[in-house]
Amino acid sequence: MTARGQTPSQTVGPFFHDGLVREGENVLSRPDAEGRIRIEGVVLDGDRNPIEDALIEIWQANGHGRYRHPSDVRDVPLVDGFTGFGRTPTDPATGGYWFETVKPGPVPDAEGEMQAPHISVIVSARGMLKHSFTRIYFADDDAIASDPVLATVPEARRSTLLATPAAGGSVRTYRFDIRFGGSDETVFFDV
Amino acid sequence: MHESYLPRDDDHPPFLYADYRSTVKRSPEMSPVAIVQTLSEVTGPGPAVSELTTEDADLTTNAGTGGEAIGERIIVTGRVIDENEEPVPDTIIEVWQANSAGRYIHQRDDHPAPLDPNFIGVGITKTGPDGEYRFTSIRPGAYPWKNHPNAWRPPHIHFSLMGPALATRLITQMYFPGDPLHALDPIFNSVPAPARERLVAEYDHDVTIENWALGYRWDIVLRGKSATPFEEVAP
Ligand SMILES: [Fe+3]
Repeated sequence: MTARGQTPSQTVGPFFHDGLVREGENVLSRPDAEGRIRIEGVVLDGDRNPIEDALIEIWQANGHGRYRHPSDVRDVPLVDGFTGFGRTPTDPATGGYWFETVKPGPVPDAEGEMQAPHISVIVSARGMLKHSFTRIYFADDDAIASDPVLATVPEARRSTLLATPAAGGSVRTYRFDIRFGGSDETVFFDV
Repeated sequence: MHESYLPRDDDHPPFLYADYRSTVKRSPEMSPVAIVQTLSEVTGPGPAVSELTTEDADLTTNAGTGGEAIGERIIVTGRVIDENEEPVPDTIIEVWQANSAGRYIHQRDDHPAPLDPNFIGVGITKTGPDGEYRFTSIRPGAYPWKNHPNAWRPPHIHFSLMGPALATRLITQMYFPGDPLHALDPIFNSVPAPARERLVAEYDHDVTIENWALGYRWDIVLRGKSATPFEEVAP
């Protein structure tokens, strides 16, 4: 037993935009950054209708694999101006979202084993009494074959965590949809 | 090995709570996959975001119109701590709420209640060295929603906290004491009964300022660390 019980989660509700959304928070990287990527997708409900009022937040290491955080004390460089945090509401018509960022470098797990490059994702929305956690991995990265977290996911479901190369403009583009319910439901993590 | 955070406990609501109808199609169906926390989960955006954030903690004046929001002026204060009672300093708290008539300025709020030109309903503050926070606002009104016939949300303030890690992220709502709508609200009642009171602020007369504002106290408890540090044992 701990001394105090956790404050329970409550839904973000439909009216979070004014409180939580600021212009440009879905662009994490400067235009001249190396290893720039775009991630885009839709968030879908159990009937595969778009979730048009979701909040997507991402957290990631920089291109060298360093988190801007006091608990990351490794001798890996920070990148000026790169926080690793992004936030966006989904599109009110399509449930779509996008981020422009850089591909993160690899970071270790608790045992010191290297994980494949990945981005942590938090999904909140009206109708969600608590947020869900997932991860974006990159389908075209060989390191996914030896990732210790992916290895704990049933093989048939791993593809739901892979962002796949997609047609795009000048920036390398990946597609990552997030699905609630159904046999192809995105893997969510109990973090 | 690094420290890790205690699990999200059973006092949180379930994903699926049928009385709150929108949960039915928006819940994960399969059990979440347990993760052994890595650097990705014990780090998080909190510290970096706090550094970049400017406080804006008076919702009665921050519309920038020079005018003041209409309503019953309130002060909401408390501490952000973790479940081991360690303070959570220097973390940002984002709040948003309806105006005193129960209306949000968001365009999708079609409740036919008046807007207040001097109220945007948004604030941001940071905890101090002991986890303390404080903001000034007006008491929000109740508002109707379409979940079930004659459904009304009790007055509440939305809170978003990053905390120190990805694992400590919390989005919640603060309620006011003694409200008969609590018993009728499926969002409030989605929380297991013993934990519901943790969402309700206390009226605190010591926080109340004479001739100015009513005071409420509400502590927020985030997930704590599980690592028990080794203690030096005296020989
Ligand atoms: Fe609300």
